Amino acid sequence: MVAAHPDAIEGAEVGHRMIGRLAAFMQALRDNGFAVGLKESEDAAQVMASGLATPPAIFRTALKTLLSARHSDWQKFDDVFDAFWRGRGARRVVLVSTHVAAPKAAELRRLVGADPEPGRETGLAEQRPRDCEDAVEDDAGGRARMEGASRAERLAETDFRKIADRQAMAEAHALAERLAQRMRSRFTRRERARSKGRRIDLRRTIRRNISHGGVPIELLLRKRKRKPLRLVVLLDASGSMSLYTSVFVRFIHGVLDHFREAEAFLVHTRLVHVSGAMREKDVGRALERLSLLAQGVGGGTRIGECLETFNRWHARSVIHSRTCVMIISDGYDTGPPEAMSGQMRQLARRCKRIVWLNPMIGWDGYAPEARGMQAALPHVDLFAPAHNLQSLAALEPYLARL
Amino acid sequence: MATSREQIAERLAAVGYVADRELPVALQLMDMLGRPLLLEGEAGVGKTEVAKSLASVHDTALIRLQCYEGLDQSTALYEWNYQRQLLAIRARELQGADPDALERDIFSERFLLERPLLAAIRREDRPVLLIDEVDRADEEFEAFLLELLSDFQVSVPELGTIKARSIPRVVLTSNNTRELSDALRRRCLYHYIDYPDVERETRIILARVPRIGTSLALQIAAMVESVRKEGLRKVPGVAETLDWAAALVGLAVENLHDDRETVHQTLRCLLKTQEDRARFTPEVSARLLGKVA
Repeated sequence: MVAAHPDAIEGAEVGHRMIGRLAAFMQALRDNGFAVGLKESEDAAQVMASGLATPPAIFRTALKTLLSARHSDWQKFDDVFDAFWRGRGARRVVLVSTHVAAPKAAELRRLVGADPEPGRETGLAEQRPRDCEDAVEDDAGGRARMEGASRAERLAETDFRKIADRQAMAEAHALAERLAQRMRSRFTRRERARSKGRRIDLRRTIRRNISHGGVPIELLLRKRKRKPLRLVVLLDASGSMSLYTSVFVRFIHGVLDHFREAEAFLVHTRLVHVSGAMREKDVGRALERLSLLAQGVGGGTRIGECLETFNRWHARSVIHSRTCVMIISDGYDTGPPEAMSGQMRQLARRCKRIVWLNPMIGWDGYAPEARGMQAALPHVDLFAPAHNLQSLAALEPYLARL
Repeated sequence: MATSREQIAERLAAVGYVADRELPVALQLMDMLGRPLLLEGEAGVGKTEVAKSLASVHDTALIRLQCYEGLDQSTALYEWNYQRQLLAIRARELQGADPDALERDIFSERFLLERPLLAAIRREDRPVLLIDEVDRADEEFEAFLLELLSDFQVSVPELGTIKARSIPRVVLTSNNTRELSDALRRRCLYHYIDYPDVERETRIILARVPRIGTSLALQIAAMVESVRKEGLRKVPGVAETLDWAAALVGLAVENLHDDRETVHQTLRCLLKTQEDRARFTPEVSARLLGKVA
């Protein structure tokens, strides 16, 4: 990339070989998630040519300053640099880390429902409506539409665990996304209707009325800027949740797409910030990027520990006074319950509301007995079921009141 | 211009800022590439201090823009002095002045109020422009800032374009209360200021607290480092360390082990919440003190 722009390094006494190495290094950085482009390459070449590069430690610091953009980059940089410029053995270790995720991608894609398990049996109850639908297809369009509507309704009530065939799953996903969309649009209208100025903005009024010789004819009002509700979703992606994860991932994708302010995190053995990946317009690509990010999905959950990471590193930047934190988990935590309750207390102090969605509430005879769940409950504002789409839809009025 | 990094480190030390090893390189690059420097780090590690020291290193003015929510162009860049304009209009009306001349006059520089950003680019001597806590400003302002930082010119509709007389050295700080845009991050050099290690913190204490002994400074730094590892809600920053050191000097403590009671009492300089204070029982402070040589 750099080599193609020789003018960038004109006058520099940097050999072609060095430039080639630098370009390769930039590529290595990109592989490790750095956002570096042509401009950065040019500047890096300039730094190299300036003679600042002579002691390697200084060169490293200079490039680190130049090419990092955030704290996570800053922490990673030294390792990537040392691996690339100082020894081949180490190089493999770091650079491979992005590829390790590749075999897992398939695993996760199965998990998020793009490709349902072939071995899973299809229950009789689900089989029948499908047959009906086949018959209806030949009929008049009107009836087919009716069938479609009732089918959607029925799907909304079915526990996600029991939706087995591919088509029903796809419909459930579409429904989840539409639901997220509807939530967003209602919020917007409510806010617009309410915003009216209350106080007079004196400075602006005078400024506007200068053309009238300072006689205040047009009044300018000041209205309070409304903070839109921000939704932060923490989704448990552990093994015990795997049957539900797929639908929720779609739901989150819909939410991120349509809320102006929303963030998403995946919780399993560690916390992963997935907003970037989930903002991808195309669902398939979003899932692909997600699977690269999520290593170790499906193992045990350390919710308490993840919450600690969240409180320590992310809470400050993603939570403001009008934030609702939505935790989707069954509450099976492998960590100590004390840690869980402490972290939940901290979180509750920070945000406006905590909603805990637990798919198992929908099960018959379920009581929240898991230790982690017990520890968290005192700090939760709304503890609600989330085993089907209807239960998700029931949340909307609650969120709208915040 | 061609200041080497050793010189920068030396001069920083001379004005009382003890830099980590990487900061001088960042400052040197800043001059070399003419890019702004984005500083991040926990509260109280001395981000703002970097800009102040940089200004005294280069012996120029420090122009500071404190960001907050709702900050807009009229408080950051320029504004017309409306009251004076109105007065002028009224006064000339009584004299029966020529309207065209009047209009030219009231939109001249005499009536322009300089705000920090405009002031920074209109100075001759290359000032240090500190844009503090840029994450508190709105995203719209960030976009505007980006434009200013790449062109270094401002257009005032009534007056025309004002070009920078000198490119200021720009330092931005962020406390991570909001994620900054990628565009702004890419425009800037980046430096993360961590809590100092014991050695550097000792040197900071020695540089900043008058009449303090080296051994006490070393003890304080070691103690603060172990307090930081306790997982507090508000981790004490360098400013807190300096407060504590000053308190101990004021109380004529020369060795932390001599007067454990006073040490425990004064620890509140470091602990800023009720919860943290409740956790720090005399036993805890004695345990931490036990580890300090």
